[in-house]
Amino acid sequence: MDIVECTDIKKTYHQGKVEIQALRGVNLSIARGGFMAIAGPSGSGKTTILNIIGGLDSMDAGHVVVDGNTLDEMNQSQLAQMRLNKIGFVFQAYNLIPVLSALENVEYIMLLQGVPTAQRRDLARSILNDVGLEGTYDRRPAELSGGQQQRVAVARAIVSNPSIVLADEPTANLDSKTGKGLLEMMKEMNEKKNVTFIFSTHDQMVMDYARRLVRLRDGLVVDDKVKEAQ
Amino acid sequence: MNFQIGWRNIWRNPKRTLVILSAVIIGVWSMIFLSAFMRGITDQMVRNGISTLTGHVQVHHKGYRDDPGIENSMTEPGVLETVFNNTLPPDTLWTSRVRVSAVASNARHSSGVTLLGADPAKEGKISFIGGAVTLGRFLKPDDPHGIVVGQALVEKFETKLGRKLVLMSQDTGREIASRAFRIVGIFRAEMEATEKQFVFVSLPAAQEMLKLKKGISEVSMILNSHQEANEVAAVLRDALPANDYEVQTWQEAMPMVTAILKMYDGFVFLWFFVVFIAMGFGIVNTTLMAVYERIREFGLLKALGMKPWWIVRQVLTESFYLLVLGMIIGTGLGALSVLALSGTGIDLSSVAAGAEFAGMSRMIYPVVESKDVVTANLVVFILGIIVSLYPAIKAARFTPIEAMAHN
Ligand SMILES: Nc1ncnc2c1ncn2[C@@H]1O[C@H](COP(=O)(O)OP(=O)(O)OP(=O)(O)O)[C@@H](O)[C@H]1O
Ligand SMILES: [Mg+2]
Repeated sequence: MDIVECTDIKKTYHQGKVEIQALRGVNLSIARGGFMAIAGPSGSGKTTILNIIGGLDSMDAGHVVVDGNTLDEMNQSQLAQMRLNKIGFVFQAYNLIPVLSALENVEYIMLLQGVPTAQRRDLARSILNDVGLEGTYDRRPAELSGGQQQRVAVARAIVSNPSIVLADEPTANLDSKTGKGLLEMMKEMNEKKNVTFIFSTHDQMVMDYARRLVRLRDGLVVDDKVKEAQ
Repeated sequence: MNFQIGWRNIWRNPKRTLVILSAVIIGVWSMIFLSAFMRGITDQMVRNGISTLTGHVQVHHKGYRDDPGIENSMTEPGVLETVFNNTLPPDTLWTSRVRVSAVASNARHSSGVTLLGADPAKEGKISFIGGAVTLGRFLKPDDPHGIVVGQALVEKFETKLGRKLVLMSQDTGREIASRAFRIVGIFRAEMEATEKQFVFVSLPAAQEMLKLKKGISEVSMILNSHQEANEVAAVLRDALPANDYEVQTWQEAMPMVTAILKMYDGFVFLWFFVVFIAMGFGIVNTTLMAVYERIREFGLLKALGMKPWWIVRQVLTESFYLLVLGMIIGTGLGALSVLALSGTGIDLSSVAAGAEFAGMSRMIYPVVESKDVVTANLVVFILGIIVSLYPAIKAARFTPIEAMAHN
């Protein structure tokens, strides 16, 4: 069974009297272990679909099943629990808690999950090493570069073995070299740990790295390509 | 880890933290100081009242309270003595007095006074007069014509030590009794009114003048503490024939002081209320500001799966730190300032004219009671947590998407 199944998702935003149809019936199935990008012009609904899959936003119609959980039947508290245990998030910016060090930012999510202290620390260290951040454990976000901050965010997203990692324009604030490094690292994590990654992006490089590329326009899927193994 | 985060968060904006801290410190400090000050005033008032010839418990003849005349005297002091020996706690001090209204006069002046026939040895231990004679001497046990008067009376009468003073009053046969005394001592008191009101002669001299035989007007006693008065009074009421005697505690004997004590409690309460309001608003506003600045962060935490309750707890933890820190400093400052002033006292002489009316003395020595300290801290703590709940709940209610869209 696919790890994400979206069936005919519709979402309309109301801004005053104006109705904005962000999604007009999106159907999308994503296989476990995928490394997939969602592209499309600004306003096409990329962030909206990611937020719905991640249980951050509600839908007006349709069904979403994530790793066996039917999101449209779950309440806020169940959604929070699912986000905590099954989904890793990487946002475009402001991913980290400013008063916590890199190590603590990664640990914090496990604290919420109730992982014992010693285990937490070990896991956080080893995942930071995996994303190439050994030696920066004790730095606060303000003392890290943008690329390093995004690496910490990825480390935090994958540390507790989520079903999927949702990354909304993770490279948008990075120069292309740093973005490439981040993508290499995520690809490695995808292959090594078999974590499913779903990106939204405008970045051609991200599209090139992705093994599957879905294009949205005006809230509809207009193109869906699975690339041959590289 | 949650506590670590809380601690770091409160120092993210040191200026704001200092504002809240100051509010808490001033709140706690002022509550402790004010209650210590008020307690100093009231303690002193009670002590003054008790030592100004009231005592902790008084025994009179039935009816004396309504009509403190010579006909309401107790004629059998022997009965009383037996009861006292059998019922009073061992270290109780007690003394008998004759106490009647009289007119004092010399060649130039005359004025109404309270004549006190006292047992000098016992009286000296029980009331203020023991240490109050500043000129001449106190009475001797059977002094037939010696009289001790207050400094203010001496000035009013333009007289001095060794001069004569005539007292007039009604005797037991309803005749005018008068007797000439010679001033052997002059006393000073906390209050001028006391110096003008009381004149002391020996018990036998008063009894002889008023044809009282062995009769006395009152018995006044001093117990180990203010608090024992009710208990001892109850015992005496049981032991003495109710038809002949009435027993009063200091609270009953000084209704004015008792009323003022209540009023001061009201003041303290009022101040607590003012602190409550001022501090409450201060904390709500600053905490709200802090919360709004961190909306993005709370949104992120919620997106990551943090339950709203955790966010409430996070904000409350931060308030908790500020409150506890402020309480420790405020209590320390309160204790220090009271300690510093309890030695030297606070001089109220500039406002003493008004203060004296209320039975206050010129010097106030603040008194800290652990009860007041605990109350002040508890009030601040509970209030602080309650008012932090609003910002905390506010922080927990943003949806992640709203919060992350916020700049
Ligand atoms: N909270 C909201 N209120 C009103 N309209 C919204 C809201 N969020 C998104 N929209 C609208 O929904 C549509 C889809 O937005 P979405 O953010 O999903 O686009 P996107 O593809 O992520 O765009 P971009 O590439 O600019 O990030 C847009 O027209 C947008 O204006
Ligand atoms: Mg977007």
